[in-house]
Amino acid sequence: MKVIEAENLTKKFGQFVAVDNISFQVEKGEIFGFLGANGAGKTTAMRMLCGLSKPTSGQGKVAGFDIEQQPEKVKANIGYMSQKFALYEDLRVWENLRLYGGIYGIPSREINEKIHAALAQLGIENEKDTMVKSLPLGWKQKLAFSTAIFHDPKIVFLDEPTGGVDPLARRQFWELIYEAADRGITVFVTTHYMDEAEYCNRVSVMVDGKIEALDSPKNLKKQFDAKNMDQIFHQLARKATRGNN
Amino acid sequence: MHAVKVHEIKRNYNKVEALKGVSFEVRPGEIFGIIGPDGAGKTTLFRILTTLLLADSGTAIVDGNDVVKDFKEIRKKVGYMPGRFSLYQDLTVEENLTIFASIFKTTIEENYHLIKDIYQQIEPFKNRRAGALSGGMKQKLALSCALIHKPVILFLDEPTTGVDPVSRKEFWEMLANLKREGITILVSTPYMDEANLCDRIALIREGSFLKIDSPQNIVNQYSKRLWSVRSNDMSRLLKDLRTHKNIMTCFAFGDTHHVTVNQEKPSGEEDRFGFKDLKDFLEEKSHSEIEITAIDAGIEDCFMELAN
Repeated sequence: MKVIEAENLTKKFGQFVAVDNISFQVEKGEIFGFLGANGAGKTTAMRMLCGLSKPTSGQGKVAGFDIEQQPEKVKANIGYMSQKFALYEDLRVWENLRLYGGIYGIPSREINEKIHAALAQLGIENEKDTMVKSLPLGWKQKLAFSTAIFHDPKIVFLDEPTGGVDPLARRQFWELIYEAADRGITVFVTTHYMDEAEYCNRVSVMVDGKIEALDSPKNLKKQFDAKNMDQIFHQLARKATRGNN
Repeated sequence: MHAVKVHEIKRNYNKVEALKGVSFEVRPGEIFGIIGPDGAGKTTLFRILTTLLLADSGTAIVDGNDVVKDFKEIRKKVGYMPGRFSLYQDLTVEENLTIFASIFKTTIEENYHLIKDIYQQIEPFKNRRAGALSGGMKQKLALSCALIHKPVILFLDEPTTGVDPVSRKEFWEMLANLKREGITILVSTPYMDEANLCDRIALIREGSFLKIDSPQNIVNQYSKRLWSVRSNDMSRLLKDLRTHKNIMTCFAFGDTHHVTVNQEKPSGEEDRFGFKDLKDFLEEKSHSEIEITAIDAGIEDCFMELAN
């Protein structure tokens, strides 16, 4: 089953073509890495897929809903986590989960059970009543992920989720991603860590608004005759003519 | 004389110990990296050294001046690029640079050679408002502004955070050029792979330094035996490796897993735990395409060992 279907998706701001006719599909339960240099168009593409920005042309379906015609349905069926973890610092751990549960319309009788399960999975049951602001960064990050998938979305969008966290926490976070994918949640992730690109089932690389490469890390390495994803990224991103300079 | 000499600096925010007593020295002309995750205390340290924040205790000398007594002297001599973009968004590129030059009683022309390589890249946009620049251009303007008074020491707080790998590489090339001009550079970063671009580094975590040395020495001092392991099913491999009693730690590193190994076997057995033993174990767990090689540690392996 396809969870994302993008067809000739394009977004223009005036004369500027931020996203230039991209087409790709993502399968259920897949971990899909969305790479590109700053300014390549990743954020704009992601905003369209999340129903936050209307495409100038082309079409897309996310979680079975049309991103242009049914953006509210799209929003209800996806999860989103950015680098600035959207947690309420002055609420307790359980209150954050309770709030998101309510926003996404999960029946009250189910929420407590789900909170219990989420905290057990993170191994932080004892922190249930702790204010989020006093949690270590690594825990906040895991909690932010749990809130993003609290309503069991079909797909979760992760925008640079591991920026700035320590090497151990970064790896533990990826193990959470694997578990979510095993449960059938599709994961769409951007990162600037090229070692993390290797953990994805498939990876796309955007250059100047276009998808210039898309395949499994293994096949990409073959195709570009490269030792690792870092080399591929450099080969492709160096070709960029617009952007960030 | 040291460019920077820090002794037992401590700083708390209410109950949070941001810096728990750090001491280190930076030699003139070196690139010194402070490497660690968010919340480790990097920004607090930079703010103390640039005289923007007082330590609770300890002393710090920057280019021969005390950060408390001689703060005015220090402010004249150092350049500081904070982690958050702090230029005037409503002024143009050129106006920002002019302001910084005039505050420090110099002109753009006087030190143009220092910023030339960097500023030339944004000069075509010199009449654009700083707030309307892309992230990479803002970064270049901020660096130009921090350099325009020809500082003796440059403090760069996480200049590459959130920046893609290609732009990060370009930024480090600019730093290498500044080093050649004789400027001492203190730079902080959460990216472990940038450690090798520094002359010496301090690994920082939870307000304490884990280690201070050259990247090469830190890597050489890694004490564990480290193997790289691959198979056809990397996700299951991670779990299976962790169940083996001779595997002490196991973590994903790109397209391979790094494991630390205890090679001792139960008494009575002569030989040590080797590749063959691990391969047999993994084949039993029905892995195929198994590759095991001994490898040297990188900085990230060291950080994880030291943090443990």
